Amino acid sequence: MLEISALTSHYGRIQALKGIEVTVAEGELVALVGANGAGKTTLLRCISGVQPVSGGRIRFDGKDITRMAPELRVGLGIAQVPEGRQVFGPLSVEDNLRLGAYRRHSKDVDADLQRMFKMFPVLDTMRHHPAGTMSGGQQQMLAMARALMSRPRLLLLDEPSMGLAPLLVAEIFRIVEALKKEGTTIFLVEQNAYAALGIADRGYVLETGQVVLADSGQRLLSDEKVKEAYLGL
Amino acid sequence: MFAEFLQYMLSGITVGSIYALAGLGFAIIYNASHVINFAQGEFIMIGGMASSVLVAAGLPLWAAVILAVLLTMLVGLALEIFAIAPARDADVVTIIIITIGASIFLRGVAQLVWGKSPRSLPAFSGEEPINLFGAALARQSLWVIGVSLLLILLLGWFFNRTLFGKAMLATSYNRLAAQLMGIGVNKVLTLSFGMSAVLGAVGGIIVTPITFTSYEAGIMLGLKGFSAAVLGGLGNGAGAVAGGLLVGIAEALGAGYISSAYKDAFAFVIILFVLFFMPNGLFGKRSTERV
Repeated sequence: MLEISALTSHYGRIQALKGIEVTVAEGELVALVGANGAGKTTLLRCISGVQPVSGGRIRFDGKDITRMAPELRVGLGIAQVPEGRQVFGPLSVEDNLRLGAYRRHSKDVDADLQRMFKMFPVLDTMRHHPAGTMSGGQQQMLAMARALMSRPRLLLLDEPSMGLAPLLVAEIFRIVEALKKEGTTIFLVEQNAYAALGIADRGYVLETGQVVLADSGQRLLSDEKVKEAYLGL
Repeated sequence: MFAEFLQYMLSGITVGSIYALAGLGFAIIYNASHVINFAQGEFIMIGGMASSVLVAAGLPLWAAVILAVLLTMLVGLALEIFAIAPARDADVVTIIIITIGASIFLRGVAQLVWGKSPRSLPAFSGEEPINLFGAALARQSLWVIGVSLLLILLLGWFFNRTLFGKAMLATSYNRLAAQLMGIGVNKVLTLSFGMSAVLGAVGGIIVTPITFTSYEAGIMLGLKGFSAAVLGGLGNGAGAVAGGLLVGIAEALGAGYISSAYKDAFAFVIILFVLFFMPNGLFGKRSTERV
């Protein structure tokens, strides 16, 4: 479904991505792990089109989207839950969710809204409150629900567990697994390599802008190098 | 005594309404792009000049008004598409300087095309003032206040009730997230210039029967509108309206009770004082952000 080949990207003169090769097949849950500054977020931003690509190709459903405007990619079914949640703080929870469905002009947005309230009951109780008044965990739920409102076929998750209490982290990963069961294709970026690789079909390890390892989630978990560098074992 | 006070208040509210519209124009563009558009005053001038030229050419008032508003909107859109958009990745300060350049350019073109002499429009519904507790209320003032109020309510509805209005707000709160939601932020920016131009044009048209207009009328009106926006807290719509009325009333009272020679100075002195004690304006939020 998603094929990335020889992708490079720069911040000014600094090269953040140095020829990335990544594929994600329909229905898969693929994890991307790596240290701070490895280029994980940059890669996701390239896929969403909010970070300029300096070389290489991104294909979605076989179609070249490397230079496509970000808003059109959302229309194709690529949604991202950005790092740090990025909810629209002064807007109400409901407005945040409705903006998630911005590219859809159908009547069933209301039905999806109810579906989200069922999946994340806390959003229902906070429905009319400004999103900025919610706790970090609640905002993470909102950011995920907001992305799901676009009915994505490919969901990009950037550090969904960052800065959350362990109980909430478990809750987030439970939801990610549930989404996968529903058939959503997921590309998950995490510093929490242990949890991410634990639920992933396949995983990639990114180091200073390059993919250094690619294997099934389970095999990466037991890989000596991965253990040493990312799992602290 | 009271009649005199009422008279000053009425003229303050009238001119304050125009400042409020100009202030809203500043706020809309500031919200969409964090740019302060110093060509806002020229939108006001173009609206006033174009409508008076068209009426002088024999067009009925309603047709002149529509054409003048459309022309100003096109100027606003063109300004964004041809001057602002190509510099989209530049510093905000660079873009602000572009708008200053654009304002000088527009003033020059207006002078070339429409000449240097001041122009006016006939009052929309007669010159005969209405007597209100001893004060004379110009009929045109009712037009100014009524139309401004209508536009302000319309904007409030647009930003609070429509998905596109909320998308514009979302873009101002978090541009990256807005892009990730599929909001075309470039379209939002272009549209914000179109909307601000329309606001300016309408303000310029309705006030022209009272104040006259000329190719350089936009300078002072733009500065007052900017003051209104800053006074209310940049980017705050309700604040811009309150700021506009405050500047207008202060000006009218100062001119009436102290000296009309310093009319323009009063507004700016107030702003200096307010900003000295409340740097974010009367209704501005403190600009600390949680990271």
